[in-house]
Order: sequence, then structure tokens, then C-alpha cells
Amino acid sequence: MQESLLFGSRATTALLLIVGAILLLSLRYVFLQVFSHDEFTTRSISNRVRIVPVAPNRGLIYDRRGRPVAENLPAYRLELVAEKVEDLEATILALGRIIDLPEDAIEKFQKNRSRHRVFDSVPLKFNLSEAEVARFAVDRHNFAGVEIVPYLARHYPYGELLTHVLGYVGRLDENDLRRVDAGNYRGTTHIGKVGIERYYEDRLHGNSGIEKIETNAQGRVLSVLERQDPAHGDDLILSLDVQVQQAAWDALGDRAGAVVAMDPNDGSVLAMVSKPSFDANLFVHGISGENYRAILNAPNRPLFNRALLGGYEPGSTLKPFIGLAGLELEVITPDKQVFSSGNYYMPGGSRPFRDWKKGGHGWVNIYGALEQSVNTYFYRLAYEMGIDAMHDYLAQFGFGDRTGLDLLGENRGVLPSRQWKRGQFGLPWYPGETVIAGIGQGFNVTTPVQLATALSALANGGSRYSPRLLFASKRMGDEQAQRVEARLAQQIPIRDSANWAIVQEGMRRVVHGERGTARAIQPESAYQIAGKSGTAQVVAQVEGSEYVESQTAMHLRHHALFIAYAPFSNPGIVVAIVVEHGGGGSSQAGPVARAVIDAWLSQELEP
Amino acid sequence: MRRIVPGWVKWPQMDFPLLVSLLLLIGFGLVVLYSASGQDMSVVYRQGTRLGVGLVAMLVLSQVPPHILRLWTPYLFALGMALLLATWFFGVGRSTSRWLDLGPFRFQPSEIMKLAVPMMVAWYLHPRRLPPDLLSTLTCFAILLAPAVLIARQPDLGTALLVAVSGCFTLFLAGLPWRVILGSAGLAAAAAPALWYLMHEYQRNRVRTFLDPESDPLGSGWNIIQSKIAVGSGGVLGKGWLNGTQSNLEFIPERHTDFILAVLSEEFGLLGVLLLFALYLFIASRGLYIAGMARSTYARLLAGSLSLTFFVYVLVNGGMVSGMLPVVGVPLPLISYGGTSIVTLLAGFGILMSIYGHRNFIR
Repeated sequence: MQESLLFGSRATTALLLIVGAILLLSLRYVFLQVFSHDEFTTRSISNRVRIVPVAPNRGLIYDRRGRPVAENLPAYRLELVAEKVEDLEATILALGRIIDLPEDAIEKFQKNRSRHRVFDSVPLKFNLSEAEVARFAVDRHNFAGVEIVPYLARHYPYGELLTHVLGYVGRLDENDLRRVDAGNYRGTTHIGKVGIERYYEDRLHGNSGIEKIETNAQGRVLSVLERQDPAHGDDLILSLDVQVQQAAWDALGDRAGAVVAMDPNDGSVLAMVSKPSFDANLFVHGISGENYRAILNAPNRPLFNRALLGGYEPGSTLKPFIGLAGLELEVITPDKQVFSSGNYYMPGGSRPFRDWKKGGHGWVNIYGALEQSVNTYFYRLAYEMGIDAMHDYLAQFGFGDRTGLDLLGENRGVLPSRQWKRGQFGLPWYPGETVIAGIGQGFNVTTPVQLATALSALANGGSRYSPRLLFASKRMGDEQAQRVEARLAQQIPIRDSANWAIVQEGMRRVVHGERGTARAIQPESAYQIAGKSGTAQVVAQVEGSEYVESQTAMHLRHHALFIAYAPFSNPGIVVAIVVEHGGGGSSQAGPVARAVIDAWLSQELEP
Repeated sequence: MRRIVPGWVKWPQMDFPLLVSLLLLIGFGLVVLYSASGQDMSVVYRQGTRLGVGLVAMLVLSQVPPHILRLWTPYLFALGMALLLATWFFGVGRSTSRWLDLGPFRFQPSEIMKLAVPMMVAWYLHPRRLPPDLLSTLTCFAILLAPAVLIARQPDLGTALLVAVSGCFTLFLAGLPWRVILGSAGLAAAAAPALWYLMHEYQRNRVRTFLDPESDPLGSGWNIIQSKIAVGSGGVLGKGWLNGTQSNLEFIPERHTDFILAVLSEEFGLLGVLLLFALYLFIASRGLYIAGMARSTYARLLAGSLSLTFFVYVLVNGGMVSGMLPVVGVPLPLISYGGTSIVTLLAGFGILMSIYGHRNFIR
């Protein structure tokens, strides 16, 4: 019985011990389920509910006739969730066997990965081919954490034709994120890098939406709990007309150069061509190093937007503006005659300033001076007017400053003055520099966009509009597109409107006059063109030497310039053309102007 | 009918309080299992089949008088040892060799030892004077350590410890002097660092993770963290049956086996947990009560040891799921989905019932 008692005491001890133990364990559960309940509830919700950004669809871009020029096409991309991939290196290697994965794509992915959390899906390759999609589908079970995601890829149906206007979108990178609201771009993969795509990025992009999704432990989406739709980007309608653009493109042929066409009544840009160009679509999916080097090393710098950034000596295209300045500032009268002998000498000077025609043009007034582009007339006018008066008057037309076109990086050009030269070089102004400024040479630098803008103001009688590529925009859900207001940059004061008519008439005679330098482009049809040619020296002429085009190396030949507007009576289009190393303005650039004007007016005059 | 069964069978030999509480527990377990398996009825059926087999084993064993069991004990122990040695050579199973493939079903010989070790220690102590002297104590330790070491080598540290513990309980109930108990405990604590070197790397990781689960939340810490989230988010009343997000969305690993208590805690809350613990406590204390009723040393020691070991399962599993103890592969008795352990456990309760049924029967 002693044994039984011993057992009894031990059993009682054991019972007490297990009761104590279970109480302790129960307290643990009380602690977890009562006191830490809130904390664990939060963690349980964040475990299963993930907030995923929903990228908005990028706004489409149309030309003024409703032709889509930037569209979104369905495509597939390869995405990877680092957390779900067991061996990243090996997986990428294995993927490389069924999908073409260039080095730079992998590099970009690795860089991109660092700004994402481990459970975020990060794109590895865009725009998979159908064959790649199919091959992956077959092998899919071998690639946990890798998925093919459908998306909308930007596509530019006109390829290189519109690249210098539209620009392109490219992969979002660190630099881009510094200038946008990063939160709004969490689901976005592409961003406007240059051109319209860049300038109107905030409107094209729209606002990101949010999806609250329920996932299981493997991260697989089970259901969408809540969705806040994204606000898609605005559709943009450009003032550009693809048909006019194409006409300009074709007319330039394989020459390097630029064409800008504007509506002088509101500053809307009808065409803007810079040649050579390149296919923007190459940049959308991440251009390969090889393709990029090819573009970079191509002759005539295709990446360079000549219409906006190209600084050219305006040459004789500046003469109408200088003539107008002379009239309005009463330096000359319409009747004033000047004798052109072939050489002009400053009073007391011995250095000859030449006319382009050997032996000169004889007696000419302002009409003849414009019609035949008589240098002597403008040498003298400039000398009498003085550089500062010339600067102040021409500045009203926007020379020497940005026009305010809706693209980034515009070249200011140069409109010289005493102050400008002192600031730039610390040197005094020499009278001879005034004389050559009178024919648009020397320090003068203008861009094709500036020339077109200035000519618009001249053609419409003094209203200088900021050129605009954006014509209208349409918000998601709106029926009607919202027109963009024309922006008047400057109303140029008119002393006597007859002076304006004189200069306009002089320009008309350039094309329609008996001795006009651009008689060759005279249209047979009902409308008349007013124009002015110009030649930009690439290398300043050595004193006493003769410029013989056929004997000059191609890259040293003059640039051919031409500005024009039409119809003369009621201007509807203004063009500014540069043909690089084209030589004579009228013969080389003139026909381009004619082609562009025809392309526009043939549509406009249609019933 | 009576003539076709042996004369020593008293039909039926049942302890109804124990039977009812076991059935309640099993019923509750199946309900939880249905949710924990992702509402897979086939899992529930398979578990039901095993429970059926276990209940039959329980019924049969409840009819075998304790003194008969005592006679069988050395043979059972020898069989168990032989099978354990066999796994050494012919074991199958992922990365561990715990299983013996016996044609249609696979079998874990270590399960036999959960019964055979306390039986063997009780068998050894039965004819001797209690409390045991030094020689008997050492012999008992040898009896319990031999299979424990073999099981630990499989490697299955959890089961090895439980087998050893069941032997120790027998010794404890036999009246092992306190100074010996405390002395051995001290020795074990001192030997812990040595144990670290004997552990497999995965076992060390489990201990590391236990000490600081957040150090590797997606790796080895995942189990403990997700389990705690499930328990904690359950609250007092729970999220409701089939509504546990942690379990339904597969955040809880091994949710229908070792971590089924996390599912129960999430869906039935603290109330469910306390109800479960109460059931277990009732069953264990009923077992101790039966041990106290027993007439023979063998029966007493065996009944007590089985009840205590059963309860240790609950404590270890409950501690593991709530992050109080490291992750060891110990199932929640009679609720976790799993093969042999259910049959062994129910067989153990059959023995308890037999002891209860034969309490007035003096050999």
C-alpha cells in the first residue's frame, strides 16, 4: 500500500504540473488573441491584401484631320517577381534560351529591380514576339515567378516622318522619376522622353488607379476586392497635317534640312520636318546598343532636330524685316532709290561689300531691292539705321529669343546688338558688322521655327503668335475636344500699314515679279505666293575669293533658305525652309516651299 | 455469442466519460480538418478511415486484460527495436528514413515505441521494489534511451524526445527520488551545448528561428510568424468556420497537419482553444484517475505514463503553434491529419480503458 500512496502523490504532483502548464499555455493564447489581437489582425490583412497600381492608358495623338499618329497597340511583356524566383541568375539564363534577352535588357531589369520591393513584378523584356510568347507558354511550369503580362505598347504608325515632332516614349528610369510624381508612376513602365510625348507628358499619362487584390501565400491573385479606375491620359490633337508633313518630307528628298509650316492666323504648326530622321519605334522597347550607335554615327546627325535647334544664318530672308524696319523707323521712304554698282563702301571706308550679281543691279527702290535681293540697298539701309535700332525692331518679330513652341530645348538664335556683343565677347561693335547684318549675315542666327513665326507676323500685319503644335485635347469621357487658344506673344505696333503692304508686295514680286529671284516656283493656279530666298554661309567668304558652288566641298557649301506665305491676298500658310549645303535659296529651297504650300492649299481650297 | 470469445473478455469494457470526451475531440477535429484541408472532403474521409481503424484498435485492446498485455510487453518491445533497426537499412521517405514500406501502406516503427517504451519500463519495474534503486533506474534509462537514440538518428528528434519522456514519466510515477530527477535535469541542461553539436543543421535552424523568427521572415521564420498571425488575428471569437484567411489562403504551412491548431485558433478564437484545452485536460486527468484506480504496478505506471505523454503532445504542439517552443514535428493529438500516430494514440486509450475495465480484477 505504501507503493500505492507513493504513486498517488506522484500522480497528484503530475496533475498539478499539467494543470499549471496548460494554464501557462492558455495565457499565451490569451496574450496572442486578446492583447495582440489588433496587431495580428493588421498583419493578417496586409498579408493577403495587396494594393496594386493600375497604370492609366496613355492618351492617343492625332493630326488635325484625325489621323492617329501615336497609338497604343496590344503587346506582351515578360515580368518577374524576384521573391518568387528561386535562383534569379539561373532563371534569367534559362529564359535566355527561349526568349531573346539582350545584355542591356538584363542590365536595365537589375537596375529597375532595386527600386521595387521583392514581391513586385518587374518587367524584364517588352514586346515579345508571338513565337516567344508561345515558347514561354510551353515551358511556363519551369518558371515560377515569371509571367507574361499583356499591355499596351506605344506605336508610331508614321515612323520617322513625325519623330522630331512627336518624340517618343521610353522605359521609365531614375532620372524620369525625379521630375514626376513617383507615386503616380508606380504602375507605369514608359514615359515621354522627347518631343510632344515629353512636353505633354502630364496630360498624356493620366492618373494611376488602384486595385486592392486578395492574394494567397504564393502571391497568386484570388480576387479583386476594390478597384479605383485610373484616369486615362488626354487624347491630343495636333495642328499638324500629316499630308503637308509628307509633302515637305518628300520635297526635301534625301537632303538634310528642315521645313516649318504655320498658319499665320493663329500660330498653329502645320508641318515640322527635320531631315534626316529616325524611327521612333526603335526607342519604345529599349533600343539596342547596335541600333543606337548606327543612328548616332549616321551622317548628318539624325537625332538633331533642325527645325527647333538648328541655328542658321538667315541671310537674305532677313531683308523683308529690315526693309520694314527702315520704312517704319523712317530711315527710308518707299520712293528712295539706291544705286547698286556691285560693290558698296561705307562712307570713308575702303573695304567693298558685294552684291550677289557682278556689276550690280543699277537703281532700285525698296520693291526692286526685295524682288532682286539687292545687297547694296540693305547694306546702306542698315548702316543708316544702326545696329541697335535694327535689333530693337527685329526683336518684336521674335528673333533672338525662344518662340514659345510647345517643345523643349528650343534654340534662342542670335539677334546681335552692341550690348549683346559686349556681353558675349567683351568687344566693341564695328560699323562693318552693322553693314553685313543688313543682309542677315555676321552674327545673326535664326532657327526655321523663328523664321516661320516672324514671317507669320509680317504676313498677318503685326500679330506674332507663339507657334503651337497642340491644336486641341480631349479628356477621358468628354464628347468634344477642347480647342487650344492661340497665344499672342506680341502685337507689333504699326506706324503706317502702307509700309507693311510695301514689304509684302516686294515679297510677292520675288515670286511673281519680272526679275524675281524665285520666279521658277510661280504657281499657275489662282493664288499668289510671297517669298524670299536666302543663303547661309557655312564658311565666311575669304576676302577677294570667289564662291563657286561646284568647286566647293559638300559640307562647306552654303545652306539654301526660303521663306514664303500664300495666298498673298489672304495668307493661310507660312513656310520656312532650310536645305543644308543646298547652295542657292531660290532654286533649292524654293520648290520645297511650293510643294508644301500646294499640299496645304489644295486641301484648304477644297469645298 | 460469448463462447466464441476467450473467457477473460468482459463485454463491453468501456470507460464512458473517456469515450465520450474522445469522440467529442475527434468530432471537433474533423470539423477543423475540413476547413484546414481547403474543404477537401477526401482528406476528411481518409482521416475518418484512420480514426475508424484506431477506434477498432482501441476497442480490441480495451478487452485485453492488463496482465495479458504485460506478458506481451517484452515481445512488443523487441519487435519495435527490430523494426527500428530495419528502418536503419530499408527506410523510405523524403530526406528522413522514418518509414517502412509494407506494401499497401507505409508504417512508422517509432510509433510502436510510443507504447512499447512505457510498457517495457513498467514491465521492468512491476516485480521490483519501489521506489526503484540505482540499478533499476539505470536499467530503465537504458530501456528508454536505446530506441530514443535510434529514432533520433532517423532523424526525428520530436518523436525521440517524446518516447524518452514517456519512459521518464513511468520512472517518475514509480517514485524516482526527487534528487535523482533534479540531478538528471541539471545534467541535461549542462549537456545542452553538446546536444547543439549533435543536431542536424535543419534542427539548429529551427532553434535559431525559434529564438528570433523575424530574422528570416520568408524563410525558416515563416512558419512561426504566419502561425502567430493566424492565432492572434483569430481573437476571442474567431473569424468563423471556413473563414480563416490565413489558412484558406495557404499562409499557414502544414495547416492540416502540425499547424492545425493555428487554423482552429483563427477560426474558433480563444473560446475554441480553451474548449479544446479543457477537453484535453479532462482526458489526461481522467487517465490519471484511471491509473490511480489500477490494482497492479504495471497497469498503474502504464496508465499514468500514457496519460501524461498524451498531454505533453498537446503542450508541445500548443507551444509550437503559438511560438513558445521551437518547431518540432509533434502533431496535435487526434486532430492533426496523419497516419500512424492516430492509431497509436487510440490504441493507448484502449489500454487505459482495459485498465479501467479490469480495475477490480486482481490477477
